[in-house]
Amino acid sequence: MLSNIGSILVFFILSLSLLIIYYSYVETQTTRTTIKKNIYNLSLFQVTFTILSFFTLILGFIFSDFSIINVYENSHTTKPLFYKIAGTWGNHEGSLLLWINILVVFSYLFLIFNHKHEKNFRLYTLIFQNFLILGFVIFLLFNSNPFSKIYPEPLEGLGLNPILQDPALAIHPPLLYIGFVGCSIYFSAAIASLLSEYSGKQFALSIKSWVQISWVFQTLGITIGSIWAYYELGWGGFWFWDPVENASLLPWFAITALMHSIMVLEKRNTLYEWVIILCLVTFILSVTGTFLVRSGILNSVHTFANDPSRGLFILIFLSLMIFTSILIFFKKHKKEDYNFNSNSKETFILANNWFMVFFLATVLIGTLYPIFLDVLTNEKVSVGPPFYNIVIIPLVIPFLLLMAIGPQFNWINSKKEKLYKTLYVFFGACLINLFLFYFFENYGLYSNLILITAIFLILHSIFDAKKSINNKKKFIFPRIISHLGFGLLVFFIGINHQYSVEVDFNLKVGEIKKFNNYEIFFKNIKVQQNKNYKSVIGSFKITDLEKENINYLNPEIRIYTNPETLTYEAAIKSKVNSDLYLTMSNLPRSDFYNIKFQNKPFMIWIWISAIMIALGGFVQLIIKKNEE
Amino acid sequence: MKNNFKKFFIFSFVIFFLSIFTLALKKDNNYSTKNLIGNQISSFQLPSLRNSSFITDKELKQNQFTLINFFASWCAPCRIEHKYLVRLNDQNKNIKILGVNFKDKKNNALNFLNDLGDPYSFVAKDPDGKASILFGIYGIPESIIINKELEIIKKIVGPIDQKDYEEILRLIK
Repeated sequence: MLSNIGSILVFFILSLSLLIIYYSYVETQTTRTTIKKNIYNLSLFQVTFTILSFFTLILGFIFSDFSIINVYENSHTTKPLFYKIAGTWGNHEGSLLLWINILVVFSYLFLIFNHKHEKNFRLYTLIFQNFLILGFVIFLLFNSNPFSKIYPEPLEGLGLNPILQDPALAIHPPLLYIGFVGCSIYFSAAIASLLSEYSGKQFALSIKSWVQISWVFQTLGITIGSIWAYYELGWGGFWFWDPVENASLLPWFAITALMHSIMVLEKRNTLYEWVIILCLVTFILSVTGTFLVRSGILNSVHTFANDPSRGLFILIFLSLMIFTSILIFFKKHKKEDYNFNSNSKETFILANNWFMVFFLATVLIGTLYPIFLDVLTNEKVSVGPPFYNIVIIPLVIPFLLLMAIGPQFNWINSKKEKLYKTLYVFFGACLINLFLFYFFENYGLYSNLILITAIFLILHSIFDAKKSINNKKKFIFPRIISHLGFGLLVFFIGINHQYSVEVDFNLKVGEIKKFNNYEIFFKNIKVQQNKNYKSVIGSFKITDLEKENINYLNPEIRIYTNPETLTYEAAIKSKVNSDLYLTMSNLPRSDFYNIKFQNKPFMIWIWISAIMIALGGFVQLIIKKNEE
Repeated sequence: MKNNFKKFFIFSFVIFFLSIFTLALKKDNNYSTKNLIGNQISSFQLPSLRNSSFITDKELKQNQFTLINFFASWCAPCRIEHKYLVRLNDQNKNIKILGVNFKDKKNNALNFLNDLGDPYSFVAKDPDGKASILFGIYGIPESIIINKELEIIKKIVGPIDQKDYEEILRLIK
């Protein structure tokens, strides 16, 4: 029943896309200056049906309708309601439907919110967005239909991978999808802008908010994913340079570059060509990332049950997108001359872009190189943290410096005297670092430079914030928040990296282990039966002998029944200044448990800083809304 | 002219990328164990975990069979498989086990061996995981078995279990 409704709705979405493309094209040929009502209506229908189809699938999961293969494969009656719902997008087919939802919703919102802009520009955007929708709906219908039926109806489902049953992971994919798929709208807008020759400042204004929205969501999505890895994977790390994590970083670098250069287009009416390239590249990289993850040519924790035909479809689609955009770009773009003063804001924004391109290229090479080598020479390599640390860390130092200095400059031309203040701030940063260096143990040259530059950026941002409060310049707040967030992020990662304690030992119930200034007492163990899993919970008393405080931690070993899986749940005590992290795993045929204990300073601040970066973009959207 | 060259360059670049992707799709499972089997391992030199000595491929030629096991103290499945390695070493004379300690800290690794037993005739260290790449390792535990000619005859991904253990015994008979 639900599966039929779902399939019909998807078919409607497909037909509506075709109609919208047709009517919009006809409309571009007329001389009217406003868009006819019927296009608005078709879009409204399209968005309604799309959302309904997604709700239909959610209902299928809530009521455990196992006649739908997708529900059968990814759900189970004993699963808590929250995870039943989250299961909707926890699999390939369902997430593709979510993907289409976002394409359609953005398409509709762009149409109704941009009524001030030129008619043909809006219509072409709508046409290209609907080509994208069409492509993905065809993919959904012919290859990955979440509404496919199974007969006879099974009595029970197979269950969702327990490692995915986590609140952070329930919201991680929707956030990332809004971020990545949201880029589609300015991909379409960029092509529309080339075709309708609607360029310059007006174009920048039309896409600016959309860039910011998708940037905020991408930043949050990546952060939440990292938090999940920290809590769930049980290794105590939060970023692994895993190919799939990298795939999510690639569009983020492009979009961050875009967010900066679009300001130049808005204020100085230049860099149009470059902004267009970034608009195109951001979405192309999002789709490339999807291809890498879904086709299964990368192996990682994110691997969906894979199927080469999926990969082939996305690849064909990707090729079409790339070739169309390159062809249109070459046909329509006009050569621009830039002449920027070296002491102007735009020069520094361009510098930001160069750094972003460099980071992007590094991560791209690191991610694709193993695939290339494997295909061309059959040799297998894996590119891990050593590569990224060697290539990226040295560049972070000048990057942080420029992040603090750049915003001090005015558009077009600035006076020099401002830089003296910056020098004082820099000395301040060196002094603070010296203080840290003296009171804690010493650390290497790179760590020193990174910490100095991070502190420099933090101090500078704080001074900027103070100054802007005095001058009542609220429009620079978003920038200050994001830059401060980045400075803090690098600072806390640096400190965390330097002063983490990690020990690993075996312990029996009732035993005590002493090391450094900690004492760990393994009090007891109890078994608890939960709805869809059984857990073995250890209780530990951790005494910090130096500070004389006591913490109790209860790590778990969970035995899930559907599908049968063991997961190790870390016990984490987050405090303002550090996280205590404890995992336990059983040793077969022995009374011993393997215990891994970590003390990770300022963990929570890493998350707060990352969220602060996203918050900057969010504040910008609010300020803009209030101004209108 | 210059412009045409740019276009040509960009197009070839894109086509190159896309064709690699297409080829990569056709390759089933990048890390399947079978395509490693039959290959000879390349020459290597690994530093010891315990002291400043080294082990090279030449020394392995003296063993009838060698099992190279990649392990770490932080890896829970490694603990599970360890008893099979200990048994293999105790009960068989014609196979030697070379341990490669993967992305680990020295003290933790030594404690691991103290607690669970040391089946290795040599323990090498690979603190940043670079050397293990040469053996086609992408996660641990993993083990490869080579013969006298340094040819890989079996690769085991994941912890060794009873079934793998019995198969190893058959192989080295």
